[in-house]
Amino acid sequence: MAEPVPADEPLLQTPLHDEHVGLGARMVPFAGFDMPVQYPTGILAEHLWTRDQAGLFDVSHMGQAFLAGPDHAATARALEALVPADLLDLKPGRQRYSQLLDENGGILDDLMIARSADPADDGRLMLVVNASTKDADYAHLEANLPAGVRLVRADDRALLALQGPAAASVMERLAPGAEAMSFMAVVAMPVAGIDAHVSRSGYTGEDGYEISVKADEAVRLWRAFLADPAVKPIGLGARDSLRLEAGLCLYGHDIDTTTSPVEAGLLWSIQRRRREHGGFPGAARIRREIAEGPARQRVGLKPDGRTPAREGSVVTTPEGREVGVVTSGGFGPTVNGPIAMGYVAREASAPGTELRLVVRGKPIPARVVPMPFAPHRYKRG
Amino acid sequence: MMTTRYTRDHEYIRVEGDTGIVGITDYAQSQLGDVVFVELPTVGQTVEKGGEAAVVESVKAASEIYAPASGEVVEVNGALESTPGTVNEDPAGRGWFMKIRLKDQGELDALMTEEQYREYVASIT
Repeated sequence: MAEPVPADEPLLQTPLHDEHVGLGARMVPFAGFDMPVQYPTGILAEHLWTRDQAGLFDVSHMGQAFLAGPDHAATARALEALVPADLLDLKPGRQRYSQLLDENGGILDDLMIARSADPADDGRLMLVVNASTKDADYAHLEANLPAGVRLVRADDRALLALQGPAAASVMERLAPGAEAMSFMAVVAMPVAGIDAHVSRSGYTGEDGYEISVKADEAVRLWRAFLADPAVKPIGLGARDSLRLEAGLCLYGHDIDTTTSPVEAGLLWSIQRRRREHGGFPGAARIRREIAEGPARQRVGLKPDGRTPAREGSVVTTPEGREVGVVTSGGFGPTVNGPIAMGYVAREASAPGTELRLVVRGKPIPARVVPMPFAPHRYKRG
Repeated sequence: MMTTRYTRDHEYIRVEGDTGIVGITDYAQSQLGDVVFVELPTVGQTVEKGGEAAVVESVKAASEIYAPASGEVVEVNGALESTPGTVNEDPAGRGWFMKIRLKDQGELDALMTEEQYREYVASIT
């Protein structure tokens, strides 16, 4: 007789769930949510459409929250105790990428931190964290914030991403002024007549926007975007291949508590004052890694042939000595070939280094290459 | 006489005389999504019924293809190396994987007929 199967946890739904089902999406469980992995056209076509036109993503499963304090300096200092980014220096209307760190400098999560452009919002920072880690992140924040700065969950908000070379012209039609925003700018503005927090950012390497609206307005905004012939819905499958080509980390795969921001190649997100003065968890390790170089480094890996190497593939030297592991890997539709990223020992991390990726027991020749695999096309100031 | 039999893992084998052409069903390709790479066996290799005979990679994941019957690989579809998407476009035709010289035709009796396979797919979808 078969063992009784425990009932699955009921999956959460985003406010756009019925839209996905109506569009014929294949739904899969992801971070506790029932999410679209692809629409009927498939991952390849969705990926290439995003690089060519504009892709619309439902990322409402991600965690949105605010930190509220008496003034910017107080709120910035409170968060600086937990992340290595310079937030005192974060200008109104700007956003920064950072990481919540544990006391060893391991990464608890990566997140976006935005400062409202509105002086009336002084002391308020907007956060976007990963879906799979949000409850732990919020508990960590609440346990560590000083009196006077509090966390306000924004679970009543949906988040859409519009990504691709046509994103700016599509946005401009629905939100005049959006085209003039620069990369990592944030603006509160109506989009299709709906109050929204807009940032010029994303997770594809393309120019684009993330748009946060009240959950009960999400369907209206989704449909307004899809009414534009340049826009098609894109699922989590293409989101993953797009971010891999862009060389961007996926939490729980390329970064986690065993990796530091320096090993992960995220030093660019630690501004100079923080490198020099520390004051964040794991600062001793991170400053040592900055001074001496980390023992291992996240690198791009390009297999020579057509065989994709997936997460978990062991990386060796041509002689077979193990030097690392693949943390994300697959097929890059824009590259039109297999691509991967992973951690390798420092002596094997220089671009051009010949390595082997072990796939189904066979060593596949590969080289260390610079990332991204597909050029970033952000709208720089 | 030509018959096609099916496995519960969604491979087909189309029998012509003492050989069988192996591929994956339309249902299988639709579940995999866009095929981007196929690893085929080498000609002359022997495969065992139920043993791994090929690997098909979609954008998202790698999936093993099991031999529906035992025998010697006498031909592989080399065109899949440059055009793996053929598996999606025409799985029962140009998207075939390999041709096997069957060791024991009796092994086919345990596989599903087309009608049985259709009912099986209906029962799992």
